[in-house]
Amino acid sequence: MSNDHPFLQMRDITKTFPGVRALDGVSFDLNKGEIHALVGENGAGKSTLMKILAGVYPHSEYGGEILINGKEVRFGGVREAETAGIAVIYQELSLVQDMTVAENIFLGREPRKWGVLRREEMYRRSQHLLDDLHLTIDPHVTIRNLGIGQQQLIEIAKALSHEAAILVLDEPTAALTDAEVEIFFGIVNKLRDRGVAMIYISHKLEEVFRISDRITVLRDGRTVGTNPTSEWTEAQVIARMVGREVGDIFPTIDHEHGDVLLEVRNISVADPVVTGKKLVDNVSFSVRRGEVLGIAGLMGAGRSDLLMGIFGAHAGRFSGEILVEGKSVQIRSPAEAIKNGLGFVTEDRKRFGLVLDQTILNNMTLAGLRKISGRFITSIDAEAAAAERSMKELRVKSNSVFTIAGTLSGGNQQKVVLAKWLLTNPRVLFLDEPTRGIDVGAKQEIYAQINQLAKAGLAIVLVSSELPEVLGLSDRILVLHEGRVTGEFSRSNASPERVMACATGSIHQAA
Amino acid sequence: MADKTEAKIDRPPATSDMAPDPETATITRQTTIAGWKIPTDVLRAYTMVFALVAIWVYFHYSTDQIFLESRNFSNLMRQTAVTGVLAVGMLMVIITGQIDLSVGSVVGLAGGVAAVAQGWLGWGLGPSLAAGIAVGLAIGAVQGTLTAYLNIPAFIVTLGGLLAWRGVILGLSRGETIPIRLPGFKSIGQDYVGPTVGWIIAGIAVAAIAWLTINRNRARRRHALAVPKTATTVARILVPSLVIVGFIYLMNSYEIAPGVHAGIPVPVIIFLAIALAGVFITQNTTFGRYLYAIGGNPDAARLSGINIRKYLLAVFCIMGALTGVASIIYTARVGSASPDAGQLLELDAIAACVIGGTSLMGGRGTVFGAILGALIMASLDNGMSLKNVEPYLQNIIKGAILVIAVGLDMAGRKRG
Repeated sequence: MSNDHPFLQMRDITKTFPGVRALDGVSFDLNKGEIHALVGENGAGKSTLMKILAGVYPHSEYGGEILINGKEVRFGGVREAETAGIAVIYQELSLVQDMTVAENIFLGREPRKWGVLRREEMYRRSQHLLDDLHLTIDPHVTIRNLGIGQQQLIEIAKALSHEAAILVLDEPTAALTDAEVEIFFGIVNKLRDRGVAMIYISHKLEEVFRISDRITVLRDGRTVGTNPTSEWTEAQVIARMVGREVGDIFPTIDHEHGDVLLEVRNISVADPVVTGKKLVDNVSFSVRRGEVLGIAGLMGAGRSDLLMGIFGAHAGRFSGEILVEGKSVQIRSPAEAIKNGLGFVTEDRKRFGLVLDQTILNNMTLAGLRKISGRFITSIDAEAAAAERSMKELRVKSNSVFTIAGTLSGGNQQKVVLAKWLLTNPRVLFLDEPTRGIDVGAKQEIYAQINQLAKAGLAIVLVSSELPEVLGLSDRILVLHEGRVTGEFSRSNASPERVMACATGSIHQAA
Repeated sequence: MADKTEAKIDRPPATSDMAPDPETATITRQTTIAGWKIPTDVLRAYTMVFALVAIWVYFHYSTDQIFLESRNFSNLMRQTAVTGVLAVGMLMVIITGQIDLSVGSVVGLAGGVAAVAQGWLGWGLGPSLAAGIAVGLAIGAVQGTLTAYLNIPAFIVTLGGLLAWRGVILGLSRGETIPIRLPGFKSIGQDYVGPTVGWIIAGIAVAAIAWLTINRNRARRRHALAVPKTATTVARILVPSLVIVGFIYLMNSYEIAPGVHAGIPVPVIIFLAIALAGVFITQNTTFGRYLYAIGGNPDAARLSGINIRKYLLAVFCIMGALTGVASIIYTARVGSASPDAGQLLELDAIAACVIGGTSLMGGRGTVFGAILGALIMASLDNGMSLKNVEPYLQNIIKGAILVIAVGLDMAGRKRG
C-alpha cells in the first residue's frame, strides 16, 4: 500500500473548451483498494475529468497536475495512460463484435512467438483470467453472442489483463439486469480486496451508496464535496448535485393554457437489441396549448426514445395510443407526425438534426419544403425569404442563408434546427436537449424563444438533462427513471431535490 | 412581412459580428489562391472546366489540329452521349449514397430486347423503343425495391444484376448479334438534325439564358439581396451564349458530303435534353432536394419526414429508364445489338460522376460536374485513339487520371 500520499492525485485540474470552462480547479484523489464514486448532473464535468485521466486530452490541453504514487505523470495520449495502469470502461463498449472473447481480451497484445500467433496460449490465459473472476464464459465464444451484461464483464476482464491499477467505471450497470449487477458487484469487491483503485461514475445513487467508500460531488466543473460514503446521506448528495441557484436567465412565464393538444396513453418502446427489455414502459401524459411540459430524468431514462416513439421514428417497436386535439391518430412515420402538426428538435443536432454539408437555407426548409417552396418545383425566392425571416427572428449569426450549416457554432446550428421545425407550423413541438453544448448567451435566447412559442399557443414538450432548465421553463414536470414515470410535479411543488430523487429512482412519487 | 422592419430595429447591436469570435464567425467554405478567396464549390467547377479545355488544347495541337476540327468534335459529342445519359442517372443514384453497377449489362439487355422486338418479332419503331426503355425501367424498379425495401445493399443487388442481366441477354439472343433493320431506329444513333434546327435551338437557348439571368436579378432585388453589376450580368449572359453559338457552329460546319452540312447529331440532342432535365430535377425540385438530404444525412432526412425508401426506389427507376434510353442510342449507333454490348459502361458512368466532384458517400455532386466528367472521359478516349496510343497505355492513363482527379479533390476538400 501507499506511504502517506494517495495512490492517485489529480490537483487543480482546469480544462476549457471554446466558450465553456468545463473544469475549474478540480482536485480528486484515490487510494489503492478504494472505490471512489464520482457523481454529478450531466455536464458537471465527470467525463471531462476522466478523459484527462485517460490521456484523451493530452497534458498540453489542460491545467493542473496528475500524480501517481507521488510522482507527476504527463500523458501525451491514451496509450501512455494505459501503460501507466489506467483503464477506462466506457458506457459504449469497445469490443469487436465478430471476434471471440479471447481475441478481444488480447487485441493488439496477442501472445506471439516469431511473429506467429500463439493461439493456445491466448485461450489458456483468457480462461485463467475468466476463472479468476468466477465468470463462466467460454473464451471461444464470439462477442456478438453474449448479452450486453456479459460483454461489460468481458471489458473488465480485458482491463485487468492490462494489469490495470486504476480502473474507471463509467455507468457500468446501465445496461445490466439486476442479476448481472450482483455478479458485477461481486467482481468489483474482489478487485478492491486485491488493491485495485476504482473510480465509479453512476447516476444510480442507490448503487453508489452500496458499493463506494468515498463520494465526490461535481457541479459546474467544480468539486463541491468529498466525504466517506458513511458520512453522506442520499439527500445531501442530491442537494449538492443540484445546489446551484435556478438563475434568472429564465424568462418569466406568463402564458395561459388552453385545451389539450396532445395526449399519449400507455406508450412503450422496446429495446432494439435486448428482447423483452423496454426502453419506455407504459408512459402516459398530455400537454395543453400554451403549456411547457418538462421531462426530467437521467441519461438512459428513456426520454428521447419516448419522443422518438411518439414521432413515428421507432415504428415496429412502439405501442400506445396518440391523440391529437382529442382525436386518435396513427403515426407510423415522422412524415405522419409532421402531418399531424408535430415538430421535433432532436437531440444531437449533428447526427439527427442537420445536413452539415448543406446551406442554412437547405436545412431550414427541409422539413417544411413542400409548404414553403412548392409541391414539386422549388422556388429559391420563397425559400430565401422564409429562411431570412427565420434567421432574423431567431438571431442566427451568419452573413448569409447560403452559409454551410457545418461551419456555424453550436448555438447557431441549434437555432437552424429550431427554425426548420418552426417553418413546418407545428402545433406541438418536442425539444430534446435543445441547449446541449451551446454557450450561455445562446441558451438564454433559446429559452426566450421557447417561452414565446408557448405564448403563441404551441404545446411544448421539453426534455433536458439540466435540472435548472427543466425547472425554470416548465409548467409541469414529468420524471422518468428506467423508462417509467416516477414522478409528476406542478411548477409550484417541484424542487430540484424532489425531482432528482425521483430521477435517481430513490423515491417513487405516485403521480 | 410587416414585422421584418421591426425585427431589424429590435436587434441589439451585434458587436460580435465585427470581431472574428470563433463562436459567431461564419464562413462559407473557401480556398485562398494567390490572395483570392474563392468559394470551394465554384473553384472545383472552374478547375474541371479548365482541365477539360487543357485536355482539348493539348490533343488539338498534338494531333495536327484534328481533334477540335468539326468532324472529330461532332464524333466526340456523339461518343459522350451514351456515357453522359448514364452519368446523369448515376449521379442521382450516387447523391443518395447508393451505387448502380448493373447499367452496362442493362444497356446490353435493353438494347437486345429492342433489337429482338424489331428484328425477330417485327414490331414497329415505337413499340420496339418502348420495349427497350420499359426493360430498363422494370429492372430499375426491381433493383430499387430490393435495395430500398429489403435493405440489401445496392452494391450487392446491382453486382448481382451485372451478372444476371448479362446472362439473360446471352440466353435471349442465343449469343447472336441482332442487326437493326428499321432505318428510323438507326437514325437515333447516326443522323443529324440539320443546321437550321441547330440555329433555332441556339436562339432559344440564348434567349432562355438572358431571361433567366435577368429574372434572377429581379428576384434578388425583390429580396433586397445584392444585385450584380451590369457588366457582370452581361458577362453572365454573353459567355454561355458564345459557348452555345460556338458549339452549334462547330456542329453545323461539319460537312458529311461536300456542301452538305451535318448539324447536331440526334444522340447529342437527346443527351442535352436529358442533361437539362437532370439539372432541373436536382436543382429545382423538392425531389432533387430530398435526394441530397438523404445522401447527406439519412437520419436527419428521415426525421424531417422524408420517406427515404420511396425516393430510393424512384431514383433507381429513373436510373433504369435512362439506361433504357442509353441502350437505344448505343444500339442505334452501332447498328446492331450484340450480347456483349455495353460492357464496363457502369464504370465509365461512375468515373464521370467522380471526376465531376461527386462524393461516393452521397450528398454531394452536380449534374453539370458529371457531364464535364463524361466529356473528360470521352475526350481522353477520343484523343488517345487519334494519337494512336496503344490500348494498354490508354487504360493505364485513364485509370491514373481517375485516381489523381479524386486525390486532388480530396486534398482540396481538406483545406476548404
